[in-house]
Amino acid sequence: MAVSLIRRLIQAIFVILAMTVIVFVGVNVIGNPVDILINPDANQAERLRVIAHYGLDQPLWKQYMLFLQGLVHGDFGNSFVYGRPALSLILERLPATLELAISALLIAIVIGLPLGLYAGLYPNRISSRLIMSGSILGFSLPTFWVGLMLIMVFAVELRWLPTNGRGATAEFLGAQWSFLTRNGLSHLLLPAFNLALFKTSLILRLTRAGVQEVLPQDYIKFARAKGLSERRIVFVHVLKNLMIPLVTIIGLEFGSLIAFSVVTESIFAWPGMGKLIIDSINLLDRPVIVAYLMMMVILFVGLNFIIDVCYTLLDPRVRLDAKA
Amino acid sequence: MSALLEVRNLVTEFGKGLGLLAVNGVSFTLDRGKVLGLVGESGSGKSVTGFSIMRLLDKPGRIASGQILFDGVDLATTSEGEMRRLRGKRIAMVFQDPMMTLNPVLTVGTQLIEAVLAHEAVPKEVARQRARDALGLVGIPSPEERLSAYPHEFSGGMRQRVAIAIALLHRPDLIIADEPTTALDVTIQSQIISEFQRLTEQSKTAVIWITHDLAIVSRLADEIAVMYAGRLVETGSVAHVLGTPRHPYTRGLIMSVPSQNRRGEPLRQIPGITPAINRLPPGCSFRARCDRATEGCSAMPELSWEGARAYRCFHPVEGPTHER
Amino acid sequence: MVGVILLTLIVALAVLAPVIAPQNPYDLTQLDILDGRLPPGSESFSGLVYHLGTDSQGRDILSGILYGLRTSLIVGVLSAFAAAIIGTTVGLIAAYVGGRTESAIMRLVDLQLSFPTILMALMMLAILGKGVLNVVIALIIAEWATYARTVRGTALVEREKEYIEAAEAFRLPRWRILFRHLLPNCLAPVIVIATMQVARAIGLEATLSFLGLGASVTEPSLGMLISTGYQYLLTGLYWISFFPGIALLITIVSINLVGDRLRDVLNPRNA
Ligand SMILES: Nc1ncnc2c1ncn2[C@@H]1O[C@H](COP(=O)(O)OP(=O)(O)OP(=O)(O)O)[C@@H](O)[C@H]1O
Ligand code: SF4
Ligand SMILES: [Mg+2]
Repeated sequence: MAVSLIRRLIQAIFVILAMTVIVFVGVNVIGNPVDILINPDANQAERLRVIAHYGLDQPLWKQYMLFLQGLVHGDFGNSFVYGRPALSLILERLPATLELAISALLIAIVIGLPLGLYAGLYPNRISSRLIMSGSILGFSLPTFWVGLMLIMVFAVELRWLPTNGRGATAEFLGAQWSFLTRNGLSHLLLPAFNLALFKTSLILRLTRAGVQEVLPQDYIKFARAKGLSERRIVFVHVLKNLMIPLVTIIGLEFGSLIAFSVVTESIFAWPGMGKLIIDSINLLDRPVIVAYLMMMVILFVGLNFIIDVCYTLLDPRVRLDAKA
Repeated sequence: MSALLEVRNLVTEFGKGLGLLAVNGVSFTLDRGKVLGLVGESGSGKSVTGFSIMRLLDKPGRIASGQILFDGVDLATTSEGEMRRLRGKRIAMVFQDPMMTLNPVLTVGTQLIEAVLAHEAVPKEVARQRARDALGLVGIPSPEERLSAYPHEFSGGMRQRVAIAIALLHRPDLIIADEPTTALDVTIQSQIISEFQRLTEQSKTAVIWITHDLAIVSRLADEIAVMYAGRLVETGSVAHVLGTPRHPYTRGLIMSVPSQNRRGEPLRQIPGITPAINRLPPGCSFRARCDRATEGCSAMPELSWEGARAYRCFHPVEGPTHER
Repeated sequence: MVGVILLTLIVALAVLAPVIAPQNPYDLTQLDILDGRLPPGSESFSGLVYHLGTDSQGRDILSGILYGLRTSLIVGVLSAFAAAIIGTTVGLIAAYVGGRTESAIMRLVDLQLSFPTILMALMMLAILGKGVLNVVIALIIAEWATYARTVRGTALVEREKEYIEAAEAFRLPRWRILFRHLLPNCLAPVIVIATMQVARAIGLEATLSFLGLGASVTEPSLGMLISTGYQYLLTGLYWISFFPGIALLITIVSINLVGDRLRDVLNPRNA
């Protein structure tokens, strides 16, 4: 088991390296940051000074080595726009995005799992059919448009919830969090729900499919033949079997939630990484773009790694294979 | 003293009103501590009979009419809660495929312990002890360690022993064994049958042993019931039915088994196959394959009683089998 | 069936947009800024009725939707089609050539598939810059891998079958075996995936345009229309965002319905 973990770790590092090359080449070969860095009226000497300052006069491979070196030290250079280290700009906004993504994931699980279980256990009830139709809608509705409609209904018409920013925050573990204050929580609700919609449908449908696959199995019938209560059958025998695919999906989808928070953050003016990256793309703020992309690469590779580990812990069959 | 189990005119249908009668008017009785061999070809309704008694029919199966009197309680109509109290406690079941009967993601110990706790409010430690003893009883070496193993770490024979251990946990009055050895190697088959016989005799448990295999029935059973296309076609003591079969189908079954006292005679397979239950010919279901059929067989024969034995045929076979 | 009818209707509307739209929303000379932000049913000075209202530049929302549907469908079909061609070719080659090439290709596919589409698209747009064409390119790059994996899976099964062996025994050239014999059998899953992919691409294009990375303000797509309406939403002018969103929703749902139906009819194993 340790061997396979180490092998996966090495694979993960290779993936990260490969992505550094892609990101670096992509950003450096296409798009010329000099143009936006330098005032068009600047004279030649000024131009050269700026180019030298950012190391843009070096050969590409050398720039790449510098880039790698920077990566290891967490140094992606200063933002062209803010004039501050790109990484710290991103890290400052990380808690906001994490908070949003985690809330959305929790909402998706808390709503999707029970509804999926219900629809799977009682597929012929009208309520189950309604749930399934609703989930198709949840799949097809464009997230950003739903966000707007949520604002229209809950903020503009009903005036129940605010739509802008994080609201009041409180400190915890050295970062600011909205969910710790009442006001912050009310700000978090709409964006989190918006982001959760798509994933709720996904988890719901997966859960239902899983239930329908597990229920006809002999071991469920045998569990009934033992005289177990329906509760134990559903919550232990069925659910435990669902956990394996669900954990995989939930892990993967967490990454995708962070990526998709770009949209929700833009709509609700949520001051997270996503909003920053959109602004940076618009302004060609290269260090921030690169830092963001590398953060995401590392995040995804890390997530995949964690999922693998969880998988091993959850599925006894995999565990044995790894031992053998 | 009244019989432990009395099945009266049991009718089980799949698909309401579609005439898909998997079990059609089956009646038999079983005394305490006795063994009934339920035989017939694939699809004849043996398993459905067993699951009807357990009230564990797959959808859309349901008991359409008839009574299943178990110790005076009609299982066909009793409440689901009462059924749950009986399952595993007084009526247990062992399934055909041991590879499928244990939940792959729960340890064997968990699956045994929950079976104890389903019917007895004892501390978990006591339940664990009971589980361990039960494993030892069915001949599983080092039961303490095996409790924390997962099903996939057991061979097929060992898994079936676990299933039998679970079935015997509460010393039930009745065990329904649905071809519990069919999926096993011949040598293991024989071991398991002996163990099973020993244990059920010890606990005075009555058994319905469902099988294709007449050899097993002749070794284990006191009574025998032969099913064909959902109906009982012959029933009586093993000595009577196997020694002097009356129904041509029973005789066909016996003739197709290799045997000591018919050495030198060719084995005779019954021509044709069991008709599908939704395409039964009118009259005697066996008519298309029967070498004794006449015009008169286009009516449905009733069970004819001859003392304690009965058969469903207009032209019963006379005399012992091998003389014919 | 509902999906097919809806989709036909939508395609017809999009194709006929220049004929049936009351206004050419891209022609700035036809727009009157004085007609800006009129509610649905308003009438302009020239007597034109804005059935679904106007946006801030006085653009008729209905016309904007009809023209926007064109952009959406073109982007969706173009990117799905191109990604299908590239992915299918790569998948076929991987399955047929095997060995190192195959494992290298499949590594790349797995790598790509472990990142969500929107992130790949953002990455590409960060590299390529903004614009509708770049959105199409980004979508192609983000989606080709799905096809490659599916086609390889199907082709691997087909490769083992007798007719391929027979073709090889006749010494037919490799490319012929690939495209004349393997390809037709991989088409069913590709068609199903491509249909679903069109819907996804339309949704993504709208999302990216909404984020200001796609269509330009002067030639708005559905996403762009919704985006321009966003700032007015808070003041209660709902129609600029609402109606284009409904159009988008109906389009995506009808394509998904058709895709579902195709899946049932073609019944591919790997889609
Ligand atoms: N879930 C179901 N849905 C519809 N019909 C069923 C179902 N289960 C059983 N049947 C029908 O009931 C009939 C009897 O099936 P059963 O499983 O009792 O046969 P069996 O005698 O146990 O055969 P085998 O020896 O193969 O186990 C079958 O012919 C089948 O058509
Ligand atoms: S009733 Fe007729 S057809 Fe049926 S078994 Fe007897 S002889 Fe054969
Ligand atoms: Mg059976």
